[in-house]
Amino acid sequence: MSKINITELTTVIRSKNAGPYELTFDLIFKTEEIFNYVVENKFITEELIAKLYGIDVEKVISVVPYSPSKAIKATIVRPIAAGDVGETDVYGAQQHGPLLNIEIPWER
Amino acid sequence: MKEFKILAPTAILGYGFPVDSFERGMEKKPDLIAVDAGSVDPGPYYLGAGKSFTDRAAVKRDLKFMLKAAKKHKVPVSIGSAGGAGGKQHLDWNVDIIEEILKEEDLQLKVVVINSQLDKEFLVDKLAQGDIDPLLPAKEISKEDILKSTNIVGQMGIEPFDKAIEMGADVIIAGRAYDPAVFAAHPIKLGYDPGLAMHMGKILECASIAASPGSGRDAMLGTLGEDYFILEPMNEQRSCTTDSVAAHSLYEKTNPFILPGPGGTLNLKETTYEQLDDRRVKVLGSKFELSKEYTIKLEGAASVGKRTISIAGTRDPIMINQIDEIIEEVKDQVKDNFQDGGYQYTLNFHIYGKNGVMGQLEPTQNPNSHELGLVIDVVAKTKEVADTICSFTRSTMLHYGYENRKATAGNLAFPYSPSDIHAGDVYQFTIHHLLKNIDPQGLFETCWLKDYVKGDKNE
Repeated sequence: MSKINITELTTVIRSKNAGPYELTFDLIFKTEEIFNYVVENKFITEELIAKLYGIDVEKVISVVPYSPSKAIKATIVRPIAAGDVGETDVYGAQQHGPLLNIEIPWER
Repeated sequence: MKEFKILAPTAILGYGFPVDSFERGMEKKPDLIAVDAGSVDPGPYYLGAGKSFTDRAAVKRDLKFMLKAAKKHKVPVSIGSAGGAGGKQHLDWNVDIIEEILKEEDLQLKVVVINSQLDKEFLVDKLAQGDIDPLLPAKEISKEDILKSTNIVGQMGIEPFDKAIEMGADVIIAGRAYDPAVFAAHPIKLGYDPGLAMHMGKILECASIAASPGSGRDAMLGTLGEDYFILEPMNEQRSCTTDSVAAHSLYEKTNPFILPGPGGTLNLKETTYEQLDDRRVKVLGSKFELSKEYTIKLEGAASVGKRTISIAGTRDPIMINQIDEIIEEVKDQVKDNFQDGGYQYTLNFHIYGKNGVMGQLEPTQNPNSHELGLVIDVVAKTKEVADTICSFTRSTMLHYGYENRKATAGNLAFPYSPSDIHAGDVYQFTIHHLLKNIDPQGLFETCWLKDYVKGDKNE
């Protein structure tokens, strides 16, 4: 089965703080069909998020599909609280990069 | 049931709005003009230092439109999370601006002020009684964490607003408030469904961000009915779509279905979104579930010292290849040089072009950057120590003789002279906890503007 990059299937891939101690990622899919396909096949899991960010799976708080927005939301524990010494991204808005590399099995 | 209309001019007081959008909103005869003025998102500095992250002139501009319209059309105005972080200093700052406008524009408006800064001694007692729990993943706190925090605020629910409404306020200016509360309190008091009112407030607090194209500096109108609410952006260039509105429920939240707040949880599991026409979306089915125990969120920040930074770049491929080793060696030399001085400091390098944005979460190990941006970042208890360590690190790095070096004139390109920048106070979040066993109204001092006392009464 060939693969397709996630950017071809989504309209939004973003990261943001959810409070000072959590980072949350939103992946919003182009159509309900694509959303259902990705959710039903469990392509985006807590394990995948942990692997992409090089963190323990325990640090992944949740991966939740949200059908009203055709979205999958993943939330992780921030390695450093927002604004702490050593912080690199106070708003957490530029932590989505690794998600852009996700390849989804795809048959045309 | 008559519909209740709320105009949200802007996502954060001071972000601005086009006058046309605001006036179109006023033509719709809103029952309330409400705005959320704050967030903890800009980091701990603003709460800790008691400073606003929005500009005074910009806040005054927005408020002037709102207060003049309130007087002219006899519509109440509600402001939540005054001054950004909602501490006493933030509230004083925002109250000053309101007083200035009332005087300059000769407006007679009855203003009620609600203070959300909580007394440290009260919180120390509450901690001892076991009434303060961490909001995960925050850690347990000690008495010292409370005492060292400069400002601690409680995020109020609708109850203090209720009191201000009962007092007959034309304008309510509140400290730290749950974002939707400033929108939802008025309609809930009139008997509208709390789930729909809170959900509508949750969207209106970001004004037109939930439209397409979205914008934080543009007005949105929310219309609340018996079992629905309708969203309509006031700029005709924007539209609400089921996608744009539903997507907003995700924003900045851990879980898109369950949104906890003061006194209860907004449950969006059965929420549906209908496209009413080209620009309006109707929302149904949102529920508010009372929690077993009434809690509010506490937010606190404390000073951790002073910061001095130096910004530089390198364009040398031989140096770039061994940048990690060079930094470790420079750190060692700095440590060695001051080991007898008893200096306490934190020295970090931010390397833009190599993990500068993601730090320890960065999966790309060996980027091929032809140049790197470096920020030498020093935090110490005093400005003097921060300056000393930054200066010494900068000069050591500038002249460091790394292996195979060809460019012996200096390793760094500085865009500025002076090259070292004193960046001032540094704070960190200390408290992100839940407070229980409280009176959700009595906890927050509420009074008329004429009776409001500015300044810290602890001083």
